Amino acid sequence: MALVDEHAHPKHGHGEHHEPGFIGKYIFSQDHKWIGIQYGFTSLVFLLFGFTLMMMMRWALAYPGKPLPLLGMMLFKDMGGVMPPEFYNQLGAMHGTIMVFLGIVPLAVGAFGNYLVPLMIGAPDMAFPKLNMSSYWLYFCGGVAMLSSFFMPGGAAQSGWTSYPPLSDIAPSGQTMWLVGMLFLIFSSLLGSANFIVTIVQLRAPGLTWMRLPFFVWAQFVTSFLLLLAFPALQAAGMLQLMDRVAHTSFFLPSGLVISGQPLAVSGGGSPLLWQHLFWFLAHPEVYVLILPAFGIIGEVIANNTRKPLWGYKSMVYAITFLGFMSFVVWAHHMFMTGMGTVMSTFFQTTTMIISIPSVIVLTAMLISLWGGSIRFNTPMLFALAFLPMFAIGGLTGLPLGLAPTDIHLHDTYYVIGHFHYVVAPGTIFAMFAGIYFWFPKLTGRKMSEALGKLHFWPSLIAINCVFMPMFIQGLAGVSRRLYDGGASYSHAQGVLKWNVFMSMGAWTLAVAQIPFIFNLFWSIWKGQKVNSNPWEATTLEWVATTSPPLAHGNFETIPEVHRGPYDYSLPGASRDFVPQHQLQEA
Amino acid sequence: MDLQIPYNTEPRPDTGLYNAKLGIWLFLASEVMLFGALFSSYVLLRTGAPSWPLGREEGLSVPLATLNTMVLIASSVTMVLAWASLKMNDFAKYRRYMGLTFLAGVGFLCIKAYEYYTKFEHHHFPSTNTFFAVYFTLTGLHGLHVIGGMVVNGYFWGPGAKMWKTDPERFTNRIEVAGLYWHFVDLVWIFLFPTLYLL
Amino acid sequence: MSAHNDAESIRKEVKAYITVFFSLAVLTVLTVAVSYFHMPVTMAILVALAIAAFKGTLVASVFMHLRAERKLIYWILLLTVVFFFVLMAIPTISQWDQRMLR
Repeated sequence: MALVDEHAHPKHGHGEHHEPGFIGKYIFSQDHKWIGIQYGFTSLVFLLFGFTLMMMMRWALAYPGKPLPLLGMMLFKDMGGVMPPEFYNQLGAMHGTIMVFLGIVPLAVGAFGNYLVPLMIGAPDMAFPKLNMSSYWLYFCGGVAMLSSFFMPGGAAQSGWTSYPPLSDIAPSGQTMWLVGMLFLIFSSLLGSANFIVTIVQLRAPGLTWMRLPFFVWAQFVTSFLLLLAFPALQAAGMLQLMDRVAHTSFFLPSGLVISGQPLAVSGGGSPLLWQHLFWFLAHPEVYVLILPAFGIIGEVIANNTRKPLWGYKSMVYAITFLGFMSFVVWAHHMFMTGMGTVMSTFFQTTTMIISIPSVIVLTAMLISLWGGSIRFNTPMLFALAFLPMFAIGGLTGLPLGLAPTDIHLHDTYYVIGHFHYVVAPGTIFAMFAGIYFWFPKLTGRKMSEALGKLHFWPSLIAINCVFMPMFIQGLAGVSRRLYDGGASYSHAQGVLKWNVFMSMGAWTLAVAQIPFIFNLFWSIWKGQKVNSNPWEATTLEWVATTSPPLAHGNFETIPEVHRGPYDYSLPGASRDFVPQHQLQEA
Repeated sequence: MDLQIPYNTEPRPDTGLYNAKLGIWLFLASEVMLFGALFSSYVLLRTGAPSWPLGREEGLSVPLATLNTMVLIASSVTMVLAWASLKMNDFAKYRRYMGLTFLAGVGFLCIKAYEYYTKFEHHHFPSTNTFFAVYFTLTGLHGLHVIGGMVVNGYFWGPGAKMWKTDPERFTNRIEVAGLYWHFVDLVWIFLFPTLYLL
Repeated sequence: MSAHNDAESIRKEVKAYITVFFSLAVLTVLTVAVSYFHMPVTMAILVALAIAAFKGTLVASVFMHLRAERKLIYWILLLTVVFFFVLMAIPTISQWDQRMLR
């Protein structure tokens, strides 16, 4: 297995070195590199599963009332193979939850962050290797709990990924498993974020000052603070909802609630809005958790493939720090329609408009970084270049949502779904692809196939726009989200219903377009073109100071000493067009 | 795993901290947000309610809770004295103080258990009304944190104390870190006590 | 952490710990005593929280060594306190908002 260089050990002795057995090496590994791979593999499987759920949803949306092919007769025999609305709701809630909590964050932070941060800062591992290992297994257990909800009587969680009470309080038992899973996931995340922060603060190599950090590390640093301080609110809310469901408390159940003609036999006195406040207090910073690692990856890929330093590095660092801070005071823009007064609404509209500024700074800096560069159009760079306009569309479409007057019309419509998918799908996920193609040689010593990479990229780019662009049209027409028939029973939706089939075709094409990627990923591990330890001719420590794959024990022969910034590309007077970060003088 | 992680024991010059100390403060920061969210929920529910009983009206025992507060404060002192003993190289004293800390924890939990028992006897459950929902959830979560701390303290009193012989400085740091957590648990109770029992 | 390196300074610290213990005990009794006075609700809350905050400060600064701690820890705690107040602001603004609407 070429992912871990088991035979490469530093030449100097370091006292007793107990070689861990199979379990200690591959199951309960404390090596950040292997843990990163565990996170990577698990999260990619979850992403694929979440994607499959969505493909089933898109059938119901394109052909409401028609039996689902293949799976229909297996799952819904009594309905003649037609997906019942309750199941559609389960798919909706679980698709969102799985993609966000089991897919993207573990991939962006758990996989990329874990693997790369210690290498980029010249550290032998994370600060707390045992904690790192626990974080992964807590994530795994949380994932199992979440998925087990599908097998609960009444089915999986089906109250949206947002689990709003009172509905979620009285939903079938799958919701309880969702909550249990969430508690595990959050705990995993809290331990992980503390680990990241301590690692970045304490384990930077000599000479690696804050402003010499690769932008990717800064992004992970800010992300970790968001996870650390925002997740506890959802932990609390999850516990309260569990109490409501299991101990029959009424934290979120108001007095006098009547369900199907029967008054609910609880004490009442609770507040459904309390859940929304606590949930969004996390969930807004969470969306920045989704995008910041992506910014980090794109920054590294752009610098490397333009052969120029990132333009405005300092501004970008200040921008994402400011963004991190602001992300804690915008959450109620998800709640404009809850009957809030004008003062609260004005406050949150203002903070939301302000928070759009740092994203613009980052995007602009990345665009200007392209100017005058010697651009290499390899697969990672293609994904990185596509990220820029895609994220721009996502960001711009957020503006009418952040302003209450327009949000009145657009809230809970397909416009919202279009907006956030643009940022997360052709946004973050494209950045993840860029990262996988880019760092694959670091993990394996081999490159992925460029031909298959392009075969993956172009159809994905076209298909993904086919899926999400029409959502803005449907949303503007007033088609609500979470409708199991895609709006077919509403007169105001009739004019835009035709887009449903188009979007579903796009989604299924997008699925097919991933096949070259999956094949490429596995095939290249064994048969990919062998390369040296720094095939992209990059400057940062993970490329220049260790082998590909890195030394199993301790990453580095000797801890490097850093003498320059992270992007000394095309330095005037240098002999090559890149100077490694740990090089004292250019040759 | 015997990888040499820098600054595990000796502090890093520019930050002045060893890794675990920074780590535990970060964890405590997240705990502040956790209990903060719960306090915030309590305030929201209480101010939104048409009426809310006083703690002692609903049968909460102020004398018992005051005693419990004293017990926890005492355990905080014994905890920090345990650490100070190690700093002064007195392992026997450390053992005594850590043992006292653990026992105080047991005492706290016993009193808590008795309190819960009396509530259940009077048919007061979390489902009875929002007052009891808040009371049981907040004290329950706090109690779980006490148990967690006791597991750690018990380990360092018992099998974990072996490290004193092989790496005394690192062991002392571990006790300091465990102490920080334990003091935090005390701190939460210092706020819980008046807000639940007295107001 | 230079304050904790020799036996003499540890002994001084120990004295501080004992002093704080007795202070906390007294303040606890005070908290309970004050709660039996009849005062308007807002006053009662402020007084109780003020005493609790003072007790908390003693625990944090002496037992948790914060008074001798490093700048970095202070910054992290400051950041946390700011967000804590944002969290606590939720019920306040929510209530106030509701009242304004009526």
